[in-house]
Amino acid sequence: MDHDVTHEHAHHGHTPEEIRKEMRVYLIIFGALALLTGLTVWACYGLQMPPHKAILIALLIAGTKGFLVAGFFMHLLNEKKLIYGVLILTVFFFGVLLWGPWHHVYDMFGK
Amino acid sequence: MGLRRQIRVGNQWLYADEAFKALREAERVMREEDRHKLLHGHVLPWYRRWLFSTDHKVIGLQYGFTALLFLLLGFSLMILMRLQLGWPGHAFDLMKVLGEGRAPGGVLLPEAYNQLGAMHGTIMIFLGVVPLAVGAFGNYVTPLMIGAPDMAFPKLNMASYWCYVPGGLIMLASFAVPGGTANSGWTSYPPLSVIATQGQTFWLLGMVFLITSSLLGSVNFIVTILQLRAKGLTLMRFPFFVWAQLVTSFLLLLAFPPLEAAAVLQLMDRLAGTSFFLPTGLVVSGQILQNAGGGNPVLWQHLFWFLAHPEVYVLILPAMGIISEIIANNTRKPLWGYRSLVGAVIFLGFMSFVVWAHHMFLTGMGTTISAFFQTTTMIISIPSVIILSSLFISLWGGSIRFNTPMLFALAFLPMFGIGGLTGLPLGLASADIHLHDTYYVIGHFHYVVAPGTIFALLAGVYFWFPKFTGRKLNEFWGKVHFWASFICINGIFMPMFAQGLAGVSRRLYDGGQQYAHAKDIAASTNPFMSVCAVGLLIAQVPFIINFFYNAFLGLRGRVNEDSNPWQATTLDWAATTSPPLGHGNFEVIPVVYRGPYEYSPPEDPDGYIPQHVPERLVPEPVGGTLPTAAVAQREI
Amino acid sequence: MDAHAHAAGGHHELEIPYNVHPRPDTGLYNAKFGVWLFLASEVMLFGALFSSYILLRSGAPNWPRGWEFLDVRLATLNTFILIASSVTVIMAWSYLRLGDLKKGRIFIALTLLCSFGFLIVKGFEYTHEFHEHRLPSTNNFMAIYFTLTGLHGLHVIGGMVVFAYLLLIGHKMWHTERERYTNRIEVIGLYWHFVDLVWIFLFPTLYLM
Repeated sequence: MDHDVTHEHAHHGHTPEEIRKEMRVYLIIFGALALLTGLTVWACYGLQMPPHKAILIALLIAGTKGFLVAGFFMHLLNEKKLIYGVLILTVFFFGVLLWGPWHHVYDMFGK
Repeated sequence: MGLRRQIRVGNQWLYADEAFKALREAERVMREEDRHKLLHGHVLPWYRRWLFSTDHKVIGLQYGFTALLFLLLGFSLMILMRLQLGWPGHAFDLMKVLGEGRAPGGVLLPEAYNQLGAMHGTIMIFLGVVPLAVGAFGNYVTPLMIGAPDMAFPKLNMASYWCYVPGGLIMLASFAVPGGTANSGWTSYPPLSVIATQGQTFWLLGMVFLITSSLLGSVNFIVTILQLRAKGLTLMRFPFFVWAQLVTSFLLLLAFPPLEAAAVLQLMDRLAGTSFFLPTGLVVSGQILQNAGGGNPVLWQHLFWFLAHPEVYVLILPAMGIISEIIANNTRKPLWGYRSLVGAVIFLGFMSFVVWAHHMFLTGMGTTISAFFQTTTMIISIPSVIILSSLFISLWGGSIRFNTPMLFALAFLPMFGIGGLTGLPLGLASADIHLHDTYYVIGHFHYVVAPGTIFALLAGVYFWFPKFTGRKLNEFWGKVHFWASFICINGIFMPMFAQGLAGVSRRLYDGGQQYAHAKDIAASTNPFMSVCAVGLLIAQVPFIINFFYNAFLGLRGRVNEDSNPWQATTLDWAATTSPPLGHGNFEVIPVVYRGPYEYSPPEDPDGYIPQHVPERLVPEPVGGTLPTAAVAQREI
Repeated sequence: MDAHAHAAGGHHELEIPYNVHPRPDTGLYNAKFGVWLFLASEVMLFGALFSSYILLRSGAPNWPRGWEFLDVRLATLNTFILIASSVTVIMAWSYLRLGDLKKGRIFIALTLLCSFGFLIVKGFEYTHEFHEHRLPSTNNFMAIYFTLTGLHGLHVIGGMVVFAYLLLIGHKMWHTERERYTNRIEVIGLYWHFVDLVWIFLFPTLYLM
């Protein structure tokens, strides 16, 4: 039934009350994300920050926003060990991929 | 007092030999009924059953058939190259198949040689070996071996195959475009590849399709292996084949995307005028290129090799998996060092991501970064040695059956040994200065892939053919195929080490004849190697005939009675012979009670215990009642 | 668990274990595991492009600040839009878990709307750049800008196609296999959050650094 808002246990064993509580959390996170977006634009662009500082601030704020999206929207904070394992492995290789070519430019013969 | 084996069927204990006999009879009856359905069309329409099937067995056969065709094509390109290398500048009638543009009067042009070289490598690796090893064997055997009804995502599986085919067709189409096909090596280094003719664009587009196919497949394999394994099949009860496929899938999943990105970047350089890989002030044919510049050719190399190194482990790991199954089966004893094998393959997979720049030692990398990659490369040789040693030691004390799959498997061991050992000097930055881009490298990697992986794949074909078709391939012609191939393949690749050490560069259209330091060794070895190459081609003829003849007979119902002709323990052999397509794999999903290699157990030294069989030993009843206590009883 | 074919709508459908209900030891149902693996590969895909950005920028004698060439205000708007679409999709999933298909579909439609909005704003951005004669071939900054945002945009379009399907056609599954449909929204939601996540890093990298 399309209009049925049932009070049976939805899947994952969550009760309707718990789900509604989660929905409130999502809205709060939305607020935080909007705030952080405004903050990062103001800090880097509004204040015309020099590149080194801008990179640092931007990455810190982006990291925070990313943590919120991944942790709450994607439920990574309560995810299973297997997923954590795959992601940790991925993040490690991601780091290697970011480091390798860049380091080459910094460590070349004749420089 | 003799002991008779009993197995549990439902809630009864039956004598094993009687039970198996009844089971085989039931299978035979069922096969006939299924064949009736197949021939009389009471099932899905043909295009849903054979063309757009979601059954992993059909998809596996599709991959296998397509890949074998591409292997033959890639091999044929090599024959043309070897004719040129053996007798440079000589006119060959066979060469005329390339057309007047590439081989006027039957004499191969240098530019055309480059096309053959680039496409031989590309086709063999991406259209031949990997689709056969992962797409064919992985798809067909893995779900059977873990007791699953199919892959986790059957439709995705179908999509993978139907991404592979367009990718292959685009690669083939590239031969027909003006300027010919890709000719910048399978490695497509810029700036050459960026300024190359139209065929290179086709190569890049084809790669995008092939990479997508691999990515979809790898997700499917990982989920299937970990989620759909049968009850009782713990990770340490996996046949090693499954471990190999699992690690391979992780390599494909995480290493391929950077190449996809790089292909996009190169496409942008070629089509949108960007300069990702084009340095400022690049001079082409005497003119400075009018592009923005600021790019770095080395960026391509990093992104390419980030994939291409794990790719070589994608080439070898499934092969090791196949060999392991065949060795355990034909020595009639468990593999030695199963835990070491598992640890080694996991460690190998991990390390494969951090060694890639050993392909780039000569790009001007500094000492720190070179030392890093040299170290990781040396470290990665350790798990390889552990795996090879375990397989060698597994032979010790075995009751070896020298059938055709076992011959190929036995040959794999020293051949991979040679390939692996010759890789060591290449991994050392200082030695690599002398050996990089020489025939030594070609000898090294061909030893690993050709008498290594391809022999393993052939072993797999001979081994699993009864499962695919219900018939064994002919043993005599199998042995002829093996010995002829083994001798010829060594004749082709062994002299390459000498050539490389003497300084003969790779990718020379005349094999080195124009260089003073190379021409003597080139002249003395190349013709011999080319003769061996032709010999190797001829050696495949008995195999091709054997294959089609027995496949045809199998399709017509002339099958062997035994659904487990190799007396194997793994679950794939518990499924019926030539499992009915599209109807799941097992009448009853098996439950696993034991490890994968219980050959010649102490209580039954001439026998074996399949993984899904719980059993106990009971004394032969001598009048009177059976003793109540079982001698040995195994639970999950 | 027996795997026998049962006819569904005229063709045989095999029963795959753990398609809807999680496997006890991994705690995952198949599609959830699959989508996380796919996202891992996407991390490597965008990682390669970020790596290229780092190499090109660090090797360049000079590199423009983002706002010299790009419209920061439009991109900031797009950031808000995309984050909003992440919220709408998780609301959709939550309502479905509460058993409310109507609200669920409304929020899926809102997600689609937001993504349309994102693409339209992006269209304005690109057109503006072309007007100023700033093409991918102009310099490496523009090249990596167009490539990164273009690939991201393709991912947005891909997500939209799936949302449209689930909204307009796939919702019929609610009446036969409710939990499976809800799971599908969860899975596409995870993909969509990832698209948002990439933009969260893309935006400052290209526009603010």
